[in-house]
Amino acid sequence: MSADAVKPRISVETPSRVLPREEPANPLIRANIWVAVLAFGVAAAMAMMQAISRANLELPYRSASMYYMSVTAHGVLMALVFTTFFIMALGYAVAQKENGSIPWPRFSWAMFWLALAGVVMAIGTVFAFKSSVLYTFYPPLQAHPLFYIGLTLLVVGSWGWAASMIVAWRRARAANPGRPVSLAMHATAANAMLWLLATMGVAAEMLFLLIPWSLGLVKTVDPMLARTLFWFFGHPLVYFWILPAYAIWYTVLPREAGGKLFSEPLGRMVFTLFLVLSTPVGLHHQFQDPGIPAGWKLFHTFNTMIISFPSLVTAFTIVASLEVAGRLRGGTGLFGWIRTLPWGNPLVSSVLLGCLLFLVGGFGGAINAAYALNSVVHNTAWIAAHFHLTVGSAAALTFMGAAYWLVPKVSGRELELKLLAKVQPYLWFIGMALFSFTGHIAGLQGLPRRVFATSFGDAAQAHAWQTLTSISALGGVILFTSAGFFVLVMLGTLLAGERRAQPPIIWAESLGEPPGGYRTGLWDRLGLWFVVAVVLVAIAYAIPLWDLLHLTRYGSPGFKPF
Amino acid sequence: MNIDLYERIWMWGVGVVLALFFTSTAVAALGHQIHPPSHVETIPPGQALSDPRFRRQGVSLDQRGRVHARVVGLMFTWLPPEMTLPADTPVTFHLTSIDVIHGFQIVRTNGQSMVVPGYVSQFTTRFAAGEYLIACNEYCGVGHHTMAAKLHVVPASQWKSPAREVADVR
Repeated sequence: MSADAVKPRISVETPSRVLPREEPANPLIRANIWVAVLAFGVAAAMAMMQAISRANLELPYRSASMYYMSVTAHGVLMALVFTTFFIMALGYAVAQKENGSIPWPRFSWAMFWLALAGVVMAIGTVFAFKSSVLYTFYPPLQAHPLFYIGLTLLVVGSWGWAASMIVAWRRARAANPGRPVSLAMHATAANAMLWLLATMGVAAEMLFLLIPWSLGLVKTVDPMLARTLFWFFGHPLVYFWILPAYAIWYTVLPREAGGKLFSEPLGRMVFTLFLVLSTPVGLHHQFQDPGIPAGWKLFHTFNTMIISFPSLVTAFTIVASLEVAGRLRGGTGLFGWIRTLPWGNPLVSSVLLGCLLFLVGGFGGAINAAYALNSVVHNTAWIAAHFHLTVGSAAALTFMGAAYWLVPKVSGRELELKLLAKVQPYLWFIGMALFSFTGHIAGLQGLPRRVFATSFGDAAQAHAWQTLTSISALGGVILFTSAGFFVLVMLGTLLAGERRAQPPIIWAESLGEPPGGYRTGLWDRLGLWFVVAVVLVAIAYAIPLWDLLHLTRYGSPGFKPF
Repeated sequence: MNIDLYERIWMWGVGVVLALFFTSTAVAALGHQIHPPSHVETIPPGQALSDPRFRRQGVSLDQRGRVHARVVGLMFTWLPPEMTLPADTPVTFHLTSIDVIHGFQIVRTNGQSMVVPGYVSQFTTRFAAGEYLIACNEYCGVGHHTMAAKLHVVPASQWKSPAREVADVR
């Protein structure tokens, strides 16, 4: 049952200045958005400094330790904090729309504070220069114990969110037997299950290896075991970011663009396939690692290729939905519908520009995951440039666009500084294109990622990188401007936006919905598919982990980065 | 499930592309035996510099005349910091670290491997004559960006080969 059905609608005569009663979960949603926006703002400032530093331009306070501290802060705040809190906000909004309320509100608030406390703890040790281990925190580089404990609390808090999402999904199913839940709820529940499975890897790494080791309870840690557990988590993490973005593309974008969703049943299949396929692929991040036999790397390569299938289906569905919108808006001819899309709507432009960058990022990803080609690009600037097109554009830009759409609805306030919101996605696109395309080229020319300076003792081979990193720095400045616009719009809206009744969330209509609506099908049985996912993970990881554990292994003591 | 005709064509197209990906990867890996470095061998990291496998770093010839390069990574240098190798000759690199994880990357070649303490990495490749930069591509601490070594590759005829080892170090 939807929220609109249980609550009386405002009658037509009511002046819009009279506000409807606030939906119960809105304060929690806003709290999550606040954390996401603040984390994003700080992380963006770090990023601009890094871009300038890498171009070998002198800055006040520029130093190697400042650089590596800031890379750590940028990675943790962007990849783990901004994304997770925004995804939680979006999930609560979906659940509230589905059932009129969220399950266990007090528990959800407790989990929010737990996760926030963890973030403050972890990032505090980073800013105190005690945890410059980057967001991948590979041992034997050792951070402050509170860094590991804090990140673990963040994950535990997010488990609370995931449990709440699964309960909301079950309640929605029980309320309408035989009818599928909304596609947005389906996607959110699939993502929550994916997250529970994926975080088992990092939880094991934290609890059994890193926390006891950083506290001095055990002397040594095996770096290969830690890396393998990290990437068990690290690859599905990217789907945890991208699935909510896809959910926006499927369920919000078509309506905002003025059209309908092209094929909803395939959308259900897509999200279910991601749940099944996201985790047994992590070894493709460890192609260059010793200690893992080639056969298992090859097996994970094949799994990785299969997972491009749901993404490519999404590509068709989204473009088809956009064409429906463009034609309904009067577009004609083979490409005329592209021009008539509402390019001034910040949600639509964010998604469209994010998709364009994602197209390039997707091709790059296929190269990274290619068993034989990876040796040319691994750990070069290419990699950082690649994931700034995926998580940094497709996901982050969609989240920013979604924030322009969602924040007025959950705050009852008008979007402020609309002009900045309109310009912001375009600035991001330009900045990211400059940053990322030069990064890809520099990576092919051998520039390692995550380096403070690129001269390598004035090596001749390093000269080619200077022009590229300078253009990349310009991209960084433009990206920072764009990020600043986003933060300003958010702060303006949340603090000073005019209070006015806002249209409720309405998901995109499905094209070709049969009379009488859809019925539940095989792809809706997420519990069953979760079991399939667990079995696949066991097949992909049991033997490599068993073999690793049965080597004569020599652990490593901790080393401080500086 | 009712699927639009064009979408069905698209999905078949995707299937064909994926089949091509599978085939090319399988041919490269199983046919041509092109694999990423995946050697499985362990070593006590604290004693790597006194271990017979890495006591003498640098270039050596084994009993059968094959060229080996043994390199140890540590914060923030490669040992040895300079090597000379013959061109167009297969060279097998053996790598380990005595402290944290490093990334051995011969810039603008496909020669690279993670270097993990407690493990020995190994890969074989060949080079065209020229000057190469070896960088560290895994963050290893405050001096990460200074961790580099030089590799000179000379025509095989001009290469001064070291004496063959009397016994295999392995």
